[in-house]
Amino acid sequence: MARVKHESRWYPLESEESVLDGLLRQGVAVPNACRAGACQSCLMRALSGEIPEAARVGLKDTLRTQGYFLACVCKPVAGTELEVAGADALRVPARIDSLTLLSASVLRVRLSTDAPFDYRAGQYVSLLRADGLARSYSLASLPREGLLELHVRLIPGGAMSGWLAREARVGDTVAVQGPAGSCFYVPGHPEQPLLLAGTGTGLAPLHGIVRDALESGHTGPIWLFHGARTPEGLYLMDALRELAARHSGFHYRPCVLTGGSRDVAEGALDVLIRAECPRPVGFRAWLCGDSGMVLSLRKKLFLSGLSLKDLHADAFLPSAPRVEPVGAR
Amino acid sequence: MSTAAQEKSVYEQIGGEPAMAAAVDVFYRKVLSDDRISHFFEDVDMERQAAKQKAFLTMVTGGPSNYSGKDMRAGHAPLVKRGLNETHFDAVVEHLRATLEELNVPAPLVERVLSIAGGARADVLNR
Ligand SMILES: Cc1cc2nc3c(=O)[nH]c(=O)nc-3n(C[C@H](O)[C@H](O)[C@H](O)COP(=O)(O)OP(=O)(O)OC[C@H]3O[C@@H](n4cnc5c(N)ncnc54)[C@H](O)[C@@H]3O)c2cc1C
Ligand code: HEM
Repeated sequence: MARVKHESRWYPLESEESVLDGLLRQGVAVPNACRAGACQSCLMRALSGEIPEAARVGLKDTLRTQGYFLACVCKPVAGTELEVAGADALRVPARIDSLTLLSASVLRVRLSTDAPFDYRAGQYVSLLRADGLARSYSLASLPREGLLELHVRLIPGGAMSGWLAREARVGDTVAVQGPAGSCFYVPGHPEQPLLLAGTGTGLAPLHGIVRDALESGHTGPIWLFHGARTPEGLYLMDALRELAARHSGFHYRPCVLTGGSRDVAEGALDVLIRAECPRPVGFRAWLCGDSGMVLSLRKKLFLSGLSLKDLHADAFLPSAPRVEPVGAR
Repeated sequence: MSTAAQEKSVYEQIGGEPAMAAAVDVFYRKVLSDDRISHFFEDVDMERQAAKQKAFLTMVTGGPSNYSGKDMRAGHAPLVKRGLNETHFDAVVEHLRATLEELNVPAPLVERVLSIAGGARADVLNR
């Protein structure tokens, strides 16, 4: 059996139980969302004890050296004694600056932070409500713009998206934690062709990356594919068309499964990509949004010749069902 | 070829760690495209899987590796339960050969790598 100490109390873990599940089960509140090692909402810090390497995969070196780990995938070997603390030090207070619908199902949330928030366009953050509810959102803004911009898809019954759509008010205080992720533009190869593909609010990080690349003077072709089920799922079309009109190397290709038109292609996203970019060898690519789409497209692009080191993907994993503390209700 | 060059591992001769990244791309692409074996490599996390391919290539080219025969047995035991057999093993070896040839590794070195891989047969298939 492993034991975890949190705020001067010891909590035993069952075999194969993660630190997150063990703490939640015994009534300790720890922010969390995907519980699959991706969203980084459940970051905690080890004050003492051995952390398995699997719980630190994908963390920046600066976080590793400070002892941070992902509680949801941390399963200490039997006999381990761990002393842990929350990640409060990584959270930055922020205020809701504006809430604007970009389409019937996408809400733009702008946040202002008191201290400058250091990130690369395209990375994601955990948004924390005052009560600890946490969800990951990608940044659509550029660092020079000051405000942080999120595109939140409104999900029926969604805890965070529902709160943002109905109850949150301009001026409300929240917190952001991060940034995380490797979906961002890397200067140094201005002529490399770029391929960006996303479904739904997967457009958020891509919009940031495209503008970052253009502002950095990228000269190679840039392809942006935005997929949705129906035309109602597309948004920012005018802004992107205008951007394409100003930059001849930037190609914007919206696409829907049904209801296509002269300006919007109809069909599967991967088919459209294959038609426009038949041989993506030597490209750099970013894939964001629905996890099924991201994973299958990543595999297809890899098989058609893209190098793994040039493939960046953020799967928008949904939150996992809550763990109720023992004895609740 | 001097004696010193012969003593160098294939891993070092083909360029060590940096060359592995290119080799992983080529090898993993072949494995994923082969319907006979691709189902063993379906993993939601391609990056994690790529790291394992790298461990595989490093090991068979004689690079720094600390997998024991016992680790090989344990690591592949779940796959044997899922039906891993001689045919699959041969398919992997075939892709390994094609990968090395594509990377212009000289024939004698390719044979050395394949003999290291062949030596793992009993452990991988849990015989
Ligand atoms: C790295 C990362 C980046 C992300 N970036 C963004 C982003 O930029 N914009 C954005 O809108 N979201 C993003 N997400 C998803 C986001 O974190 C939340 O999961 C999402 O907003 C739903 O939260 P919620 O609290 O509103 O709904 P929840 O209360 O978590 O879910 C309510 C119900 O809806 C289901 N559900 C959740 N998501 C979906 C879905 N996509 N489709 C169908 N059913 C669903 C849940 O399983 C649950 O049953 C990202 C996720 C990750 C891991
Ligand atoms: C030729 C001899 C082989 C050697 C030397 C070898 C070596 C390795 C090594 C070093 C790992 C990494 C272990 C880890 O880090 O977890 C590994 C994992 C793996 N190997 Fe092999 N391997 C061989 C043959 C095969 C064959 C024939 C198959 C299937 C067709 C296979 C499928 C896998 C899979 C799927 C994994 C990942 C397992 C997991 O995710 O748990 N290997 N192998």
